[in-house]
Amino acid sequence: MLELQGLTRRFGAVTAVDRVSLSVPEGQMLGIIGRSGAGKSTLLRMINRLTEPSAGRILHDGRDITALSGRALRAWRADCAMIFQQFNLVQRLDVLTNVLIGRLSRRRGPLARLGALLGLFTAEERAMALALLDRFGLAETALQRAETLSGGQQQRVAICRALMQEPRLILADEPIASLDPANARAVMEALREVNRGQGLTVLCNLHDLAAARHYCDRILALQAGRVAFDGPPAELTPARVEAIYGIPEAVLAAEGAPARAALVH
Amino acid sequence: MAAGAAPLRMEAAFRAARRQRRAATLLGLAVLLACLLASAWVAEAHPARLLEGLPRIGEYFHRILPTLRREALFAGAETEGSLAFWFYRLDSWAWLLFETANMAALATLMGAAAALALCFVAARNAGAPRPLALATRRLLEALRTVPEIVFALILVWAFGVGPLAGILAIALHSTGALGKLFAEAVENAGAGPWEAVRAAGGGWAEACRFGLLPQVLPNLLSYALLRFEINLRAASVIGFVGAGGIGEELYTVIAFNHYEEISAIVLLIILCVAAIDLLSERLRHHVIGAAR
Repeated sequence: MLELQGLTRRFGAVTAVDRVSLSVPEGQMLGIIGRSGAGKSTLLRMINRLTEPSAGRILHDGRDITALSGRALRAWRADCAMIFQQFNLVQRLDVLTNVLIGRLSRRRGPLARLGALLGLFTAEERAMALALLDRFGLAETALQRAETLSGGQQQRVAICRALMQEPRLILADEPIASLDPANARAVMEALREVNRGQGLTVLCNLHDLAAARHYCDRILALQAGRVAFDGPPAELTPARVEAIYGIPEAVLAAEGAPARAALVH
Repeated sequence: MAAGAAPLRMEAAFRAARRQRRAATLLGLAVLLACLLASAWVAEAHPARLLEGLPRIGEYFHRILPTLRREALFAGAETEGSLAFWFYRLDSWAWLLFETANMAALATLMGAAAALALCFVAARNAGAPRPLALATRRLLEALRTVPEIVFALILVWAFGVGPLAGILAIALHSTGALGKLFAEAVENAGAGPWEAVRAAGGGWAEACRFGLLPQVLPNLLSYALLRFEINLRAASVIGFVGAGGIGEELYTVIAFNHYEEISAIVLLIILCVAAIDLLSERLRHHVIGAAR
């Protein structure tokens, strides 16, 4: 169980996330929607402490995440894997090494960590990475540089890197915003599959309302940093959408369509 | 407002902006010229002295040119006018040059290794604590501000005459010079991968190693190879103060006006630098093409 209590982040005079309280049960797939700048990214990035909260607390199974530092913080970050809009793979490294990066946090002791710095990974680690790549149909690309892959492939490599961490939950920050519809579907299916198959909790920021409705168990809407809606997809009526976005859903979908078409070309 | 007014207004605004830009450029050039004249005056770079001295440079070059005779060009070292006579001490010079190149190589390696460790601390985007980053940047600045020859004078006093002092002196200066360039390369790298390694639970060193280093490695390598060439020149003169290499020999032949030997040694150094230039070009392309 992940619990947020009055989580707040201020950037100067701007309050990006404003007293968000929330509990996410184990194994839930939570979609977070809202306009650009509504605080979706900041909220996710506070959970793994890439961004420090200004106020409030994060609890995971009763443990205070906001108080962690050093090795405990690194262990927590390994527990909640993050997936980025721009994939954030190391372009000049091969796919296999990119996936193995997910294993760095499991290294214990100075010698093991020094070995990792020299790029020495064990045969077991490689086998684990290759099995993951194979599961997502990417085993053949293992020795290619990441930059040679398409966007959809890169995001799936990023999912492999995340799963290498053997995480408890996955934080996906706009995972499909840079992808064409076919690749977006593949990536959402992959996230859904690890959610259903492995019981991982998934928190997913989404621009695409249709994707949020289709894949998520529960939808949270942010508006100017505050929770504007929290409930199952069925309750997210057109009237509610208009209240959150300030425009009717049909107009919103039409706004998104040309942008998505441009991404494909 | 009339429909056609906006384009005319914008054209007028464009002309005004251009006028202003030109005025600013002219003013800047005038200030630059004034500064140039002032610095020439302070440095006593008077045109009269320049004109007076110029022919003497030519004269010096004329003096150090060897007298070669075509018919004796490939004769033995005993015959005046032959190549062998010009390079009559090639064996000892070659050895000294080899020592010089080794000094340069070792100093570049040491300097580059130290710079590699420090550049991630100094770079603004790599997440090192700010006071530490600032201190590291000042340290690198201090290291590259002090010329090699000054370091060499101090180190010869500490370690005695010989190549060790020269190597350390050049390595120290290289650390400062390369550290700055490396840090700037790191600052130009994308932050995404670094953040991804942190988000995956990797530590600071791991984030730098996997998130930043692969992005900047080709740049760092070409900087280090360029530094190798510069260091070869530095190692060639650092012997002037007794810090090893061919410099001591060069100093001696200059001091004793052994003109032909000066040109012979300078030519050897130029050949050596050219060879390293060719070699480093190859190496750089190889690394840029390689997978990691």
